[in-house]
Amino acid sequence: MGSSTVTPADAGNSRNLGAPKNFMERVRKGDEVAYLITFMAALSIVLITALLAQHLWANSALSRHKFGWSFVTSKIWNPVLGDFGALPFIYGTLVTSVIGLLIAVPIGIGAAIFLSELAPKKVSNFLTFLIELLAAVPSVIFGLIGIFVLVPILKTVVPVLTSHLSFIPILSGTFFGYSFLTAGIVLAIMIVPFIVSISREVLLAVPNSQREAMMALGATKWDVTWLAVIPYAQKGIIGSIFLALARALGETMAVTMVIGNVPEIHASILSPGYTIASVIANEFTEATEDIYLHALIEMALVLFVLSMIVNAAARLLMLTTGIREVRE
Amino acid sequence: MRSATYPPTRKRVVNMIMLSLTGICALLVVSVLIFVLGYLFINGALSLNWNFFTKLPVPVGENGGGMANALVGTGKLLLLASAIGVPIGLFGGIYLAEFASSRTASFVRYTTDLLNGVPSIVMGIFVYTLVVLPMHHFSTYAGGIALGIMMIPIALRSTEEFLRAVPRALREGAMSLGASKSQTIRTVVVPAAIHGIATGIMLDLARVAGETAPLLFTSFNNQYWSPGWNQPSASLPVVIFNYAISPYEDWHRQAWAAGFVLLSGVLLTNIIARFILSRRTHLAGS
Repeated sequence: MGSSTVTPADAGNSRNLGAPKNFMERVRKGDEVAYLITFMAALSIVLITALLAQHLWANSALSRHKFGWSFVTSKIWNPVLGDFGALPFIYGTLVTSVIGLLIAVPIGIGAAIFLSELAPKKVSNFLTFLIELLAAVPSVIFGLIGIFVLVPILKTVVPVLTSHLSFIPILSGTFFGYSFLTAGIVLAIMIVPFIVSISREVLLAVPNSQREAMMALGATKWDVTWLAVIPYAQKGIIGSIFLALARALGETMAVTMVIGNVPEIHASILSPGYTIASVIANEFTEATEDIYLHALIEMALVLFVLSMIVNAAARLLMLTTGIREVRE
Repeated sequence: MRSATYPPTRKRVVNMIMLSLTGICALLVVSVLIFVLGYLFINGALSLNWNFFTKLPVPVGENGGGMANALVGTGKLLLLASAIGVPIGLFGGIYLAEFASSRTASFVRYTTDLLNGVPSIVMGIFVYTLVVLPMHHFSTYAGGIALGIMMIPIALRSTEEFLRAVPRALREGAMSLGASKSQTIRTVVVPAAIHGIATGIMLDLARVAGETAPLLFTSFNNQYWSPGWNQPSASLPVVIFNYAISPYEDWHRQAWAAGFVLLSGVLLTNIIARFILSRRTHLAGS
């Protein structure tokens, strides 16, 4: 925001400058009409959001009343008997998101450091442009790559790597290609552009005096970055990670295509699983009974609440750093 | 004086290693993009033929056919989505930038961010309960509404951003000539920002064009030409999904072709929009 921009308060002042005092004249000149139309548009956004929450709540009533809190603690999912527990799906959503973050965060922050601290401006801008293009790739395309490229590759590589490590619980079991790990890798590819592009912006916003002070003491480039730049940008970087997490939690298509779709809880990341978003995508059109439908809508409610919490945390962190614009 | 005493060798080595690592990270991310694009373009271009654009899908088991209906379906859905998302986003953005008090503005902005953070599958469920349940069947309308709602947040935020970047002097100039507030907005402020707003909406369209999850239970899918706006319709992303998870070799080929077409459209729009934007900001800065 430069000095030339108009704040709402300024706009209010300049409205008074030119506006005729008479209400009828304002109506004739269109001011009141313009105000009303644009206000209705803004109001409709608030209404849509409220309606969304209300519809999810009202249309999951059957399931909420029948199962109560046991819905999120039960691990039985049996549509035939009408038994619905969301735990395997919540588990799958969290595990895949965590795997995604574990891969994407170090690589993303590393890349952001390179782009903001080391690369010449032109190179940095060009690479950032490429990385932001990666963010524009639709999720179903990642699913396509996941099924036909990633799964076959992992199928040959993973068993070789883990053959002597199967005593570790998270790497035990047989690997069929479709697994928590596969979904986590796909998620990592999908969220890394967000971490890179937001972290880079946060790092670029760190004042140069912060770097110069430490350089003057004779520190190496890495020490300057690690001890003076990163701590300064910490909150914004964590904010970018939360935003990436929110996306990973709600990601549907790519995950559905590679996770295997088995509603079970396994410690091993090599076994197939299921996520909240995937079970909705796969079973929603098959849900003929009301209780089944309501159980799936309650899943959507759980996902909605989860991602709202993570989003709010991200925005709170971003607010404190002064990065206002959160790009999608 | 030589700086040999400081930094010590250990620090120099750490410096070298860590800096190289960050470079490798950047290289890794970029190479993933190149790999995804390269693979898709080679595979997709090889699978593409003229029938893809002109023919309907053929029944399971037969080879050949195309996705003409899905291409038209995606076009119709995007048309509907713009009819909903663009006016609300545009007028809402004008409200935030020109009319709202700062408290109202931050409330609307917060709600918009909230709406933007709703997972796309949840949006699909919402529109299902809102439109499909009362109507008792899937329809192109429902899909368009789902995509339209998803367009609103970005359209609004980019409109607001570009309106705010219009210099105050322009507004004052118009008002000093006796223009009313709405005349100023209509004839001076919006035209000054229109390039930015338009590219913002282009990017927004490119984003929702690839959305699959909100369409699964709204516009659903259709083997044939959609008989009307009130009926289920095929769309590129949903067809890609269905074909990719099917066990048929020829459907996989067509999924690659459809992925190639979809991605080319999305990336081309992105590149053009970003090019226009960077040129505009360059001019404004000079």
